[in-house]
Amino acid sequence: MSEKTYGILAEFDSPAALLSAAEKVRDAGYSRWDVFTPFPIHGMDKVMNLKNSLVGWVALAGGAFMFLNVVGLIWFANAFDYPLIVGGKPMFSVPMTFVPAYIMMIMGAAVGALIGMFAFNELPRFHHPLFKSERFALVSRDKFFLLIGALDEKFSETETRKLLESVGGAHIEIIED
Amino acid sequence: MVESTIHLEELKKLAPPAELRRAPVVENNRGLGVLTDQLSKFAEGKIPRWWWILFIPSAICATVVLPMALIYQVSTGVGVWGNNHPVMWGLDIVSFIWWVGVAHAGTLISALLFLTRQHWRTTIGRAAEAMTVFSVMMAGLYPAIHVGRAWFDWFMFPIPNSNGNWPQFRSPLMWDVFAVNTYLVVSMLFWFMGMIPDLAGLRDRAVTRPRKFIFSLLAMGWTGSARQWHHYEKAYVVLCGLCTLLVFTVSSIVGLDFCTAQIAGWHATIFPLYFVIGAVFCGFGMMLVILIPLRKWCGLENVITMSHMDKVAKLTLVSGLIIAYIYAIEFFIAWYSNDPYERWVFGHRLFGHTYWFLGWTLIVVNVGVTQLLWFKKIRANLAALFIIGVLINLGMWTERFVIVVGSLYQDFLPANWGKYIPTRWDLALYAGSLGAFFMLYLLFVKFLPFIAISEVKGATPQGNPHHPLGGAKGKP
Repeated sequence: MSEKTYGILAEFDSPAALLSAAEKVRDAGYSRWDVFTPFPIHGMDKVMNLKNSLVGWVALAGGAFMFLNVVGLIWFANAFDYPLIVGGKPMFSVPMTFVPAYIMMIMGAAVGALIGMFAFNELPRFHHPLFKSERFALVSRDKFFLLIGALDEKFSETETRKLLESVGGAHIEIIED
Repeated sequence: MVESTIHLEELKKLAPPAELRRAPVVENNRGLGVLTDQLSKFAEGKIPRWWWILFIPSAICATVVLPMALIYQVSTGVGVWGNNHPVMWGLDIVSFIWWVGVAHAGTLISALLFLTRQHWRTTIGRAAEAMTVFSVMMAGLYPAIHVGRAWFDWFMFPIPNSNGNWPQFRSPLMWDVFAVNTYLVVSMLFWFMGMIPDLAGLRDRAVTRPRKFIFSLLAMGWTGSARQWHHYEKAYVVLCGLCTLLVFTVSSIVGLDFCTAQIAGWHATIFPLYFVIGAVFCGFGMMLVILIPLRKWCGLENVITMSHMDKVAKLTLVSGLIIAYIYAIEFFIAWYSNDPYERWVFGHRLFGHTYWFLGWTLIVVNVGVTQLLWFKKIRANLAALFIIGVLINLGMWTERFVIVVGSLYQDFLPANWGKYIPTRWDLALYAGSLGAFFMLYLLFVKFLPFIAISEVKGATPQGNPHHPLGGAKGKP
């Protein structure tokens, strides 16, 4: 295995072929592998044993952060820094803060969801070893790819290639890092 | 090819009877590659003539009429509009509500139908989201200049300043500032995030270097790995949920702007709901107006199918029926309240002077014309649907005019009564914002993927790993 190898890439023609190949790669004991598809494949999360994404929690944190901040801001602005009497009501009450805080909670949660998605996916990144492969450009069209990473403990250029051939992969190529 | 014909034969045997079958999202069953080519073609090909014919007048409105109207109004004052005592809210607020309304159906189609797992939304979702983004931009323009001194707009935001001024957070007008800004930001995020996989698709297909560079930047290095999709789908579902909340919040708050006032005709608890449904109804009309020419001119009859148009028309009918119900309730409550001012305002909507014809337009178009959508023949007739869409937009614009102006021009004291006739600057501003909307929309249609390519592919049988066409063995 050369120092610069990133992994071995195999191409499949249909989502079902990829799904069954992924099952076999998993059963062969590989752990550092991934599939690349034009759209999410139903059932792939289970095969890859992906846990529930934490993006939802980031969104919740963003939403809660904004909600509390706006409540604090309204207290500071209308009750503390410049006390304002409106219609003889108390300077500060929780219901009066609800609508702006709720709206900004939505903003915070949405920004949180997007930032969470980018952070977990390590995006934006403008280079990826896979972009060197010419066939890989078809990933956004109609081809399905499976990559076994060189960092995997079981990785060996010959054995891994054989496995990918046996599960029906086409155009198998070594990707340089 | 032999193999796939066998699969199709098998499928036909196993499929349920025709009347129980769900209409396919994409017709003709031509496979993922062909579909990708078809959907990307428009963003990559030469600019067709119809695009220029629509773009040039829109661009003139957006870049000449709109700046002229804005510069003259901001430098002279709101007096250039017809707004004056007692009608202080004129076409600026009417157009504001109208634009917010147009935005809402986009979000509803895109987000709510995603949450309810309606696969047919995939083909029209992106076009609807873009409609949302651009019309919220147009909506946001109006309150910003309606304040009269646009250079004091920053007063609306809680910015620490040496005068110690803070906004008054108990006012729904203040909530509007937050609501519209949030709506703009969230719908843009949603729109952009949904587009990332398709931008990656255009990047992978790009042949020229500048194209490759631009789409590489926009796609942010998307590879389509299962892990990326995993987080992406979660973020998407969260954003859909949030956008759905916004549909019900933003127009409600616009409704609250009215119903917290004491004016007869505005002071009604039904207003938040009224505005939400009115917004959605108007937006579905706009959706019909945009989709029908687009599917024909871009050759997308197999993707935005007649079944899709039928469903949009049915949703239009449903929201139109709710609107009709709300009109009835409004008139009933005005009569039942026994309040002389309420009765006066509502009586004069239909039988008063100056604006009576607008009241009737509203009833005839929004309640009457919509009922045509009960008929399958009308829903299958694109020309009829297009005309109904245009009429609904006009009708809903009239509705906002009737609510805003019709309630203000004859208030509690007869000595106070007045009239409002829009001036040419009112109309220029409206024409300018229409032009800006269509200019942005046409640019979007030409240069970005206006159909969610990856979502559509995922909704076809070829994209389903448990379907024979997706390569699965055995029964579907």
